[in-house]
Amino acid sequence: MFRRTVIKTLAALLPAAIATSAHAVDVSDWKSVEEAARGQTVYFNAWGGAQNINDYIRWAGDEVEKRYGVKVNHVKLDDTANAVSAVVAAKAAGKDEGGEIDLIWINGENFVNMKKQGLLLTPGWADSLPNWKYVDWKNKPTITVDFTEPVEGLESPWGMAKFVFFQDTARGIEMPDSFLQLVDWTQKHPGRFTYPAPPDFIGSSFLKQALTEVVADKSVLQKPVVEGKFETVTAPLFAALDRMHPNMWRGGRTFPKNKEALRQLLADNEVDIAFAFSPAEASNAIANNELPDTVRSFVFSGGTLGNSHFVAIPYNAAAKEGALVFANFLISPEAQLKKQDPEVWGDPTVLNMDALPQDDRKAFDDLDLGVATLPPSRLGPTYNEPHASWMERLEVEWTRRYGVAN
Amino acid sequence: MLRLAPLIAIAVLILPISSGVLATLLPAFGWFPALGGTTVSAEPFRELFREPGIWQSVWLSLKTGLLTTMISLGLVVAFFAAWSGTRLFERMRHLVSPLLAIPHAAAAFGLAFMIAPSGFLMRLVSPELTGFVTPPDWQILMDPGGLSMSAGLIVKEVPFLFLVTLAAMPQARAGDFHRVASGLGYGRMAGFVFTVWPQLYPQIRLAVFAVIAYATSVVDVALILGPTSPAPLAVRLVGWMGDPDLAMRFKASAGAILQLGLTVSALLIWIVLEKAGSALLQVCSLSGIRYLRDGALRWFSGGAMALAAVLVLAGLAVLAIWSFAGYWAWPDAVPRSFTLKTWMRSLDAVSGPLWITLLLGLAAMVIAIVIVIASLENEARTGRTGGSRSLWLLYLPLIMPQPAFLFGLKMFFLAFGVGTGFAALVSVHLVFVLPYVFLSLADPWRAWDSRYAQVSATLGGTRNDTFWKIRLPMLAGPVLVAAAIGFAVSVGQYLPTVLIGAGRWPTLTTEAVALASGGDRRVIGVYAFLQMFLPFAGFAIAALVPAAMFANRRAMRA
Repeated sequence: MFRRTVIKTLAALLPAAIATSAHAVDVSDWKSVEEAARGQTVYFNAWGGAQNINDYIRWAGDEVEKRYGVKVNHVKLDDTANAVSAVVAAKAAGKDEGGEIDLIWINGENFVNMKKQGLLLTPGWADSLPNWKYVDWKNKPTITVDFTEPVEGLESPWGMAKFVFFQDTARGIEMPDSFLQLVDWTQKHPGRFTYPAPPDFIGSSFLKQALTEVVADKSVLQKPVVEGKFETVTAPLFAALDRMHPNMWRGGRTFPKNKEALRQLLADNEVDIAFAFSPAEASNAIANNELPDTVRSFVFSGGTLGNSHFVAIPYNAAAKEGALVFANFLISPEAQLKKQDPEVWGDPTVLNMDALPQDDRKAFDDLDLGVATLPPSRLGPTYNEPHASWMERLEVEWTRRYGVAN
Repeated sequence: MLRLAPLIAIAVLILPISSGVLATLLPAFGWFPALGGTTVSAEPFRELFREPGIWQSVWLSLKTGLLTTMISLGLVVAFFAAWSGTRLFERMRHLVSPLLAIPHAAAAFGLAFMIAPSGFLMRLVSPELTGFVTPPDWQILMDPGGLSMSAGLIVKEVPFLFLVTLAAMPQARAGDFHRVASGLGYGRMAGFVFTVWPQLYPQIRLAVFAVIAYATSVVDVALILGPTSPAPLAVRLVGWMGDPDLAMRFKASAGAILQLGLTVSALLIWIVLEKAGSALLQVCSLSGIRYLRDGALRWFSGGAMALAAVLVLAGLAVLAIWSFAGYWAWPDAVPRSFTLKTWMRSLDAVSGPLWITLLLGLAAMVIAIVIVIASLENEARTGRTGGSRSLWLLYLPLIMPQPAFLFGLKMFFLAFGVGTGFAALVSVHLVFVLPYVFLSLADPWRAWDSRYAQVSATLGGTRNDTFWKIRLPMLAGPVLVAAAIGFAVSVGQYLPTVLIGAGRWPTLTTEAVALASGGDRRVIGVYAFLQMFLPFAGFAIAALVPAAMFANRRAMRA
């Protein structure tokens, strides 16, 4: 008897379940998206290693629950690739509906992989979001091309990143102004510089920064690696690294794990330079007592790498509408303003100041970015990210040369 | 009903593991259609062996695993031989027991900050005594030989082996043997090693195997203290498994099989070492020498034990200071300012994960205890032990490299629609909890003197009477220790919780590891405290309850 009731109930529920998850989402009909989103729970898979970012996500989730009835659950990852793996596993098992991930914080290599494997919600939806009109895609090319891969609306921009260095000015040490100067600098200051071992994101980014600086024709980096050309193009980079490694921290035989470990080395006075992909990183660290208030940021005057970070919806997400509503809220002037506030996170906005209403623009102008944060005008020229294939090859070659240092 | 217990135990272990192993083996030989692998080949292995420094990684894991086990076991044996039955032993027992409750990662972080060139010990003496204005560029942490990593493992494995040995001690009648041995003129330590140890070792052997398996495949401690170029095999494995380049999965699966071979090899080497050790013991005991002059060794063993405990506890104390610290610069021995900010922010976020951790641990522990006791009782009544085959079954979850087998298991769950619910998560925790509970309980249970049962039967007690009124109360100590170990194992699970729970069931450990990737010692301090609080409470209960139960039974005080 009981069993029959269960089966009947399931049978009654099943078509409804299929109907809600299988119907195509029409982003242009935003009203119906908001209606469908009400009551949904969005599982937002995002790196959870920084408490200020976690706090910001919690705030944003509370706001969309209040306003749109969408509950946001932050699934804290220690590595975004784990979320990609989960979608791969789901696809391999044929679970094309009701997936466990609704939104992923993503960019670069992970995005390229998901796009190529057909793991993202299609067709492109990001440029149909109501708040897209504020996004500065015209002046910020990294919003439409993510690591040379066309975005095509498959992910929605969330913030901007720029490679910046920091130092403790209280130590009174003169800083280098280019990668090659840095190599010379390590000879004068042995044991006082290191970088996270690739394939750590920041470690690999450091290699790309160095490669971009030393390569003769930067345009080759915007195209996939041409077989047989890799050695010639990267020869100056590895020659410089060969020269630098013996003068590095621990003689270049050990590397920190990630940028946080590197920052801790700066705080512990084991090294003199740290770096990150966020201009507000140093100000945040000072606010959290992780670095002394004498730390300041600097960039190389020739230019440093820049990119954007995004949110994307997996093709099998269970709460697609909720994810769209949340993604749209994340690019609202209000959410972007709060995100750029160094007291909260300090992550630079993706919005176009000229497209904003007067009040919002003023609020952005009035933000105090923090003592150690360079204003956008002093962040220097931006180098484009090389094509993802360069990073892959660089990581392999780096591991071959330096991965077995002992 | 009782007869089904061993079958249930086997099902709990074999189903998830066999499906997980299968889903690891197939991609290791190139078969993973979702990633375009549709032909069976040895290419993943060829690719694996082309990886630079792969054999160095293997050697590192093997060496660390065996060295860690040898030193940990040696310390525990020496300490028991030198001090068991003394007041110092009791004191040390209270010092060491809480260490078991500390998660590996937290202990490793604490140790790292103690011994680093810019760490606490160096700050105490710099620059006044050392003259170091900046921290010396010394390779202490992450040393290429893996010594600091071994140290981090030893300080955690010693308490584990200590408590397991302690649980087996009442069966060994150490006091009687000690009197006989000293009556025959043997030194204290020699007497113990010649008479008591041969009875103890078979009882703790499985726990020693678990230590070997763990130390050869550990990831979190290796990430904090282990070498980086190259890293131990398990660390590289997890890296490939999580690489955005999905084609790496094939190599990772092949690596998982290599890891399995490595761990099995370590166990085989250990078995050879056991034989050699036992032969050596025989030669020594037959030589007639009494080994009376063991004073120095006794104090050394006590000192080493105390050092291990103090390093970890001090490390944690310093992490506790970090959790209240403002900016804490080199070479200050204490922070310049203190703040409650870290705690307030963390406590705000922690109550949900705390409940999940607690419920998950209790559920897995209770189920495991019931299954294990039922299996053991069934074994006692029928006289049929599972034999060595069922023992190997128990080893599987402890030997299988977690990431590979869990990834396969997740595929299996998805394919059969089991999903990511609480029950699925409990069942996966059970895979790891059950063996530990079994390993820690089986030997004391089996070593129980069955003549008590005969006496009970003679007095007209049924088998159920004997079980409830005599056996279970007499073994309450080991049962509670096993329960506490099971609970602690559940609390410490990271990968199973993240993978199978899909991050929807955040526990203290998953939150701690996610935050640890941010490297902030303050937050790590808060979470390390919270993370060890739960298992610590479990062990406290395991220690206090029997003491209270048997307050008026002198012979029951272990």
